Amino acid sequence: MDVLTPRSLDEALRLKTEHPDAVPIAGGTDLMVALNFDRERPGVILNLGEVPELRGWSRDDGLLRIGAGLTYAEAMAEPLRSLLPALAEASRTVGSPQIRNRGTLGGNLGTASPAGDSLPPLLVEDAEVEVASLGGSRRIALHEFLVGPKQNALAPEELIVAVLVRPSGAPQTFMKVGPRNAMVIAVCSLAVAVDRERGELRAAFGSAGPVPLLVIAPLAEADGFPALVASAASPIDDVRGTAAYRRHALRVLAVRGLERCLAA
Amino acid sequence: MRIELTVNGERQEADVWAGESLLFALRERLGLPGSKNACEQGECGSCSVLLDGRLVCSCLVLAAQADGHEVVTVEGLAGDGELHPVQDAFVRAGAVQCGFCTPGLVVAAADLLQRSPQPSDDEIREALSGNLCRCTGYQKILDAVSLAASGADA
Repeated sequence: MDVLTPRSLDEALRLKTEHPDAVPIAGGTDLMVALNFDRERPGVILNLGEVPELRGWSRDDGLLRIGAGLTYAEAMAEPLRSLLPALAEASRTVGSPQIRNRGTLGGNLGTASPAGDSLPPLLVEDAEVEVASLGGSRRIALHEFLVGPKQNALAPEELIVAVLVRPSGAPQTFMKVGPRNAMVIAVCSLAVAVDRERGELRAAFGSAGPVPLLVIAPLAEADGFPALVASAASPIDDVRGTAAYRRHALRVLAVRGLERCLAA
Repeated sequence: MRIELTVNGERQEADVWAGESLLFALRERLGLPGSKNACEQGECGSCSVLLDGRLVCSCLVLAAQADGHEVVTVEGLAGDGELHPVQDAFVRAGAVQCGFCTPGLVVAAADLLQRSPQPSDDEIREALSGNLCRCTGYQKILDAVSLAASGADA
C-alpha cells in the first residue's frame, strides 16, 4: 500500500490517470473505517487533503461553486448557511462535531450512499457535480451522478472537484429520522422546499430507495404531496428500520416540512 | 513511509505504515497512549485530538494525512505540572469512573471552552455528542464542563 499526496489539482488528476484504481481520501470518515476493519486494502491511497483547489467556495453571478473538500462544519457556517439552509441543517445532523470537522461534501458524493445526508438538500436545489480528469472537466446533474447504492457516474480516472448550485432562495428544510440526535445514519431523511418562483413543491428523500430521489409537484398540490413523496420511495427492510415504517415516516416528514416551508 | 508532524508543540518524526491511523501512530510510534483506541470508526470519541486546532477523531485520520500538520493530544493540554482547567474540573466534579472515555471528553470539552467560554447546557451537550461514556457518567461530565466554564476555584 502506498499513499500519494498531490499538492495541486493538476498533480492529483495526473496521479489518478497513472493509478486509476487509487482510492481518494479526504476527510477519511468512510475510508478509514474500511481500513481500520480490514475491509479494504487499496494498493494506492490518493490523499486529497493538500489540494488547495478543492477547498472553500466561491460565487460567480449567483452560481455557487463549492469545493469538494468543503466540510460539514463549513457548510453550517455563514454565509453558506443562509444561502443553502437545508444543506446546513443536514450537515448539522451528520455524525458528531468531530465527524463534521472532517467529513466533506465530495466524500458524501464519492461514497454515494443512499443515506448520504447532503444529497437530498443538494437534489432539491438542482445541484450539479463537477468532475475532472486530465482530459478536462464535465458537469453532471446530481440525479444523474447518483446511479445506484454506493455507485456514482465517476470514471476511474476522474475526481470530484466541486458542487455547483444556484441557490433558489426558496423556504426549505431538512429532517432526519434516527434513534438519537448525534451519530445517526438516517433511517430515512427528507429535504423539502417550497419554490414559489418556479411554482413547485420539491422534496428529496434519503435512505428510502437505492438512491436519494427528487419528487416535484405543482405548488397547488400540497394536499397530495406527502402521499406522492411516500409512493415515490422504494424502501427496504434493514437493520435500521422497515420499509413500511420508512414510507410512513416520509409521509409525516413531508407534512411537517410543508408546514414549515409554507409558513415561511 | 516517514511522516513529520508537530505533536504538543514538538517536532516529531515517525515511520508509519501507509494504511495506519493517526491514532495508531500517536499511541504505538510516538509513545502517547492518552488518546484511547476503542471503536475505530469515529463513533465513540475516545481518540479525540486537535488537528490544526480542530477537534477530530484520530482513528479517522490517516497518519500520512497528518504529515506537516499540528496535533494536540490530551497529553498536551496540561502545562508545567498544572492540570488544564477542564482536567481539574473533571477531578473536582467526580466526572471520572473507569476513565477510558475521559481523555476524549477532556479534549472535546477543552475545544468547546476555547471556542465558547460560557456555553449553554445545550451547547455542552452538542459539543460532547460525539463522545460516549459506557459508565454513563454523563451528568457529572456535564457538571464538570459547567464547573470549568464557571472558572470557580477548587
